[in-house]
Amino acid sequence: MTEKTLRKGNEALAEGAIRAGARFFAGYPITPQNEVPEYMSAYMADNGGAFVQAESEVAAINMVYGAAATGTRSMTSSSSPGISLKQEGITYLASADLPCLIVNVMRGGPGLGSIAGAQGDYFQATRGGGNGDYRVIVLAPNSVEELGNFPKLGFELAEKYRMPCMILADGILGQMMESMSFNFDPVDPNKLGKFGWAVDIRKNGRAKSKVFSYKGDDLIADVVERAKRYGLIEKTEARWEERDAEDCDVLLAAYGLSSRACLEAVNKAKEEGLKVGLFRPITLWPFPSKRLAELASKAKAVLCVEQSLGQLVQDVKLAVNGKTPVYLNAYPAGGQPDGNTILTAVRSCLNGGKEGLFDLQEHAAGFSYDCKRDESLGMQGDLKGGK
Amino acid sequence: MYQGIRIAGFGGQGVISAGILLAQAGVEDKKNASWLPSYGPEMRGGTANCSVVVTDGEVYTPIVSAPDTVIVMNEPSLPKFEPLLKKGGLMIINSSLINSRPTRTDIKVVCVPCNQIAEGVGMDRIANLVALGAFIKLTGAVTLESVADAMKKVYKRAKPEMLELNKKALQAGFDAVK
Repeated sequence: MTEKTLRKGNEALAEGAIRAGARFFAGYPITPQNEVPEYMSAYMADNGGAFVQAESEVAAINMVYGAAATGTRSMTSSSSPGISLKQEGITYLASADLPCLIVNVMRGGPGLGSIAGAQGDYFQATRGGGNGDYRVIVLAPNSVEELGNFPKLGFELAEKYRMPCMILADGILGQMMESMSFNFDPVDPNKLGKFGWAVDIRKNGRAKSKVFSYKGDDLIADVVERAKRYGLIEKTEARWEERDAEDCDVLLAAYGLSSRACLEAVNKAKEEGLKVGLFRPITLWPFPSKRLAELASKAKAVLCVEQSLGQLVQDVKLAVNGKTPVYLNAYPAGGQPDGNTILTAVRSCLNGGKEGLFDLQEHAAGFSYDCKRDESLGMQGDLKGGK
Repeated sequence: MYQGIRIAGFGGQGVISAGILLAQAGVEDKKNASWLPSYGPEMRGGTANCSVVVTDGEVYTPIVSAPDTVIVMNEPSLPKFEPLLKKGGLMIINSSLINSRPTRTDIKVVCVPCNQIAEGVGMDRIANLVALGAFIKLTGAVTLESVADAMKKVYKRAKPEMLELNKKALQAGFDAVK
């Protein structure tokens, strides 16, 4: 194990990607992920790769499309509104069966939103923000260490299944510094071996390889064939973390930064004599449904904690399938959970109260939902509402 | 040990930098540490602050919304962070620039004339390190040695004589509180 160093999330991610063999980066600036292209602009060329500050997000993702077709480990990064712009390119990459890495350091939305860290792009990431029947592997780090180590995993999964992989982080993870270490030796992309499908210069009469986004003959057959890979991924690639999840009354379900606030709640609950566990999906697609269902069946309630207004909770409900009550503790558009606010919701789950639990129907009926936010962070902008 | 800290002051007082130094010192001490700045469309001359966690265990959320310790370097930061402080928490006040005092009676207050002490050491600008020295004496969250080691990593381009001055300011802050 290498020694731990203090790194900023965005910089750990960029360094991790270069170490993982990324040799093409194209992007367009947006807060709160600007340290990623900044780092790439400083170090990519030294490592024999190419950094391009594109003229737009759309241009950047299409440059990645071209670079990925050559078999180069290629990536882009952006934040929520910028990722929306990239969706056309992402669905084309999926249809061309090309591996690449897309990083979303989420901020508040919808629209321009705010620059506060948020988790409002869960649907967009897991349901395919672009058109058509396709999936993207989605990795959700919850620490600077995972931000640094997930690019390698992301490239490997993307190449194994020939599809885009997304790292879904948020503004706080991107901006924070934390002690971390890389768990792998730097990858030399020249030693990775060539892909048979990759476009390159072929000599001596060898057949040209071609990459198609539209094969033009039988779309139905293509889509159905590709879905076999998706099925295999769902079966074999789900990743998650558990804390005290085997024996608990309330099982928390959370990913990314929210899951860290949940850990505080798990430990505080112990002091109060409450049995609270945590289930953290690390892959959001494939969602670790099977294991969540097993654990949920032993708990009295499942409480979903998310920095969005009821997105993750849909996958949780699908997994639990009505066998255990599922509640939602939501912090949308830049709201931030902490151990105390989560514990309030945990108590409500156990005693039938309503405080801290968000329900869309009750909300519409006028039930007041107090969403906590920390003004002193200075990045909330002029956000009204939340109550 | 789980120490959640907020350091706040004017932009330019070194509150962000003191926070990075503290987090790096935590790493030097083989502890887990995190740092998070306030960021966004801040005004020139406005306030800046950062959250730091130093712990033997794992860092929960890096947003320190109920700090164990608050270090306030300027007047506007005091009323802003006083309500957040945990019951029984510690507030270190830069009394060189802050005349008001907290109204809460359930917290521990220590006043340190950081700018005067820094001037005495030879440079008004390093009042942030005086405050950090006082913090170390009062909490023991990290050691003076680890901060000295951290300085070499955080201020990579600093001249040796500047590092010496920084260490003096740190020690002066440490000695200024009982």
